[in-house]
Amino acid sequence: MNASTDHATRPAVSVSGLRKAYGTKVVLDGVDLTIAEAEVFALLGPNGAGKTTIVRILSTLIPADAGTATVMGHDLRSEAAAVRGVIGVTGQFSAVDNLLTGEENLHLMGRLLHLSAAERRARASELLERFDLAEAARQTPATYSGGMTRRLDVAMTLMGRPRLIFLDEPTTGLDPRSRQIMWQLIRGLVAQGVTILLTTQYLEEADQLADRVAMLDRGRIVAEGTPEELKRRMPGAHIRLLFADAGSLDKAARELPEGTRDNEALVLRVPNDGGVRSLRSMLARLGDDVAVEDLSINTPNLDDVFFAVTGNASKEKN
Amino acid sequence: MSALTFAAQDSATMLGREIKHSIRLLRLLIVSAVLVPVVMLLLFDYILGATLGHGLGDAARGAPYIDYLVAGILVMTVAGGCGPTAINVTMDITGGLIDRIRTMAVTRGALLAGHVGVSVLRMLIATAAVTGVALLLGFRPKASVADWFAVAGIVAAFSSALAWLSAAIGLITKSVAGANGSTLPLSFLLPFLSSTFVPVDSMPAGVRWFAANQPFTPVVDSLRALLTGAPIGNAGYLALAWCAAIALVSYLWAQAAFRRGTR
Repeated sequence: MNASTDHATRPAVSVSGLRKAYGTKVVLDGVDLTIAEAEVFALLGPNGAGKTTIVRILSTLIPADAGTATVMGHDLRSEAAAVRGVIGVTGQFSAVDNLLTGEENLHLMGRLLHLSAAERRARASELLERFDLAEAARQTPATYSGGMTRRLDVAMTLMGRPRLIFLDEPTTGLDPRSRQIMWQLIRGLVAQGVTILLTTQYLEEADQLADRVAMLDRGRIVAEGTPEELKRRMPGAHIRLLFADAGSLDKAARELPEGTRDNEALVLRVPNDGGVRSLRSMLARLGDDVAVEDLSINTPNLDDVFFAVTGNASKEKN
Repeated sequence: MSALTFAAQDSATMLGREIKHSIRLLRLLIVSAVLVPVVMLLLFDYILGATLGHGLGDAARGAPYIDYLVAGILVMTVAGGCGPTAINVTMDITGGLIDRIRTMAVTRGALLAGHVGVSVLRMLIATAAVTGVALLLGFRPKASVADWFAVAGIVAAFSSALAWLSAAIGLITKSVAGANGSTLPLSFLLPFLSSTFVPVDSMPAGVRWFAANQPFTPVVDSLRALLTGAPIGNAGYLALAWCAAIALVSYLWAQAAFRRGTR
């Protein structure tokens, strides 16, 4: 009983004070992370924020300069071999063997994982089916689309049933349909109780998939929490009103004093939850004689949070 | 299963993968590994052979130039295998496969063992094929059965040395073009600056010293002595010592580069 309690409370990944520099360029500047078992944790950040470096360190590819980390209870530094036994890694760029067929790629992984021949065949055909690659199983990845190659890449990672999976930007460069398919596959893994560390530069992806999100900027974690928690940190939803001229803007600002005006853009932002009732009441107060060019309802998304916490100038969004 | 069993199993897996690769690239490999040395043989024997053979004097031992030439062409055949080996290793780095395997509980040396093992196999098959073509073109060796075994041994040792060297070069180059370029000195420059085509005594003073003391020369000299029945002197031991030294240094270099990883 004790052991199972232990198991339940032990984090899948625990990182403290992780640092990495290449020469004078600091890539990770003291990163702390805790990922619970069976959780999808997203590392969100722009290119160069240090996402891939974290994945490469935690997957034993490169050593950190400082800091400690345990992965599934194994110390990263002293028990690297044990760590490798429980993780599955899908790197930023697809790592498939282009001279082998899709099926042969999976069998290669199976052999390296020391699966029996029967297990290998069963697992490979199951994954080919699940990842919609059964028809292309006998072809080499040279004939695959980007989405198919990426699916084969993830399937190869899953051959050994890893308990912790690193997915480094799994949908970067994929078309919207392939991205949707990949999201479905990731949700399927979550249902099986696998822990996932996902990196992405797409805020929507983190919002869609992750239980918790850490925002990474220039080697530091600048915000962390559930997507809902992070959104709640933002000033609330608002209605954005665009006017044809300064006169209309003036009039509207007098009627709706709670709004903040942007004279240059001829825009008035009025705090409002965007519901039909509150929208109707706001429009009633505005009156009939103010000409509104355009109206849009803004609810805060992770973009707003990201730009707010990193201090990067937010672009005008609709 | 023990670590040793896993090591053997993993190496066999990677060996099998490389054999599959070689079969899929067979046409390309036949051109680079067999056709190129055969063309060199034809160029130097048919076109330049009459004059070169005439200039050999005593070194020819009264035989046609092709008998002198074949030992050097065999060494060029082995050296010609360096490019593909380095390129294959580099492609595993740029393709991400090495990193994938480094995150798995796979025996550390297995991937390189696969590359090197199949590289040696390719070099040996190519050398046998080129020997066959040379025989068809009029090469008349005077080697005994024991001499042929010694030839095979030296070719295998030289192949292992160059295969490990190519694997190490492949691990430290960043691009496929770089891997190809970095092996060109091995496959083209060093054969010319050795006793491959003419005796080193006939070379200008500065080059002569280098040619006499670089590893390709004792390898060519010992193979030539064994094939033509000339006295071998200490060339055989010198060749094996060079091969052992190159193999050992390259092996350690490759293992270190593999552990260090791609960054």
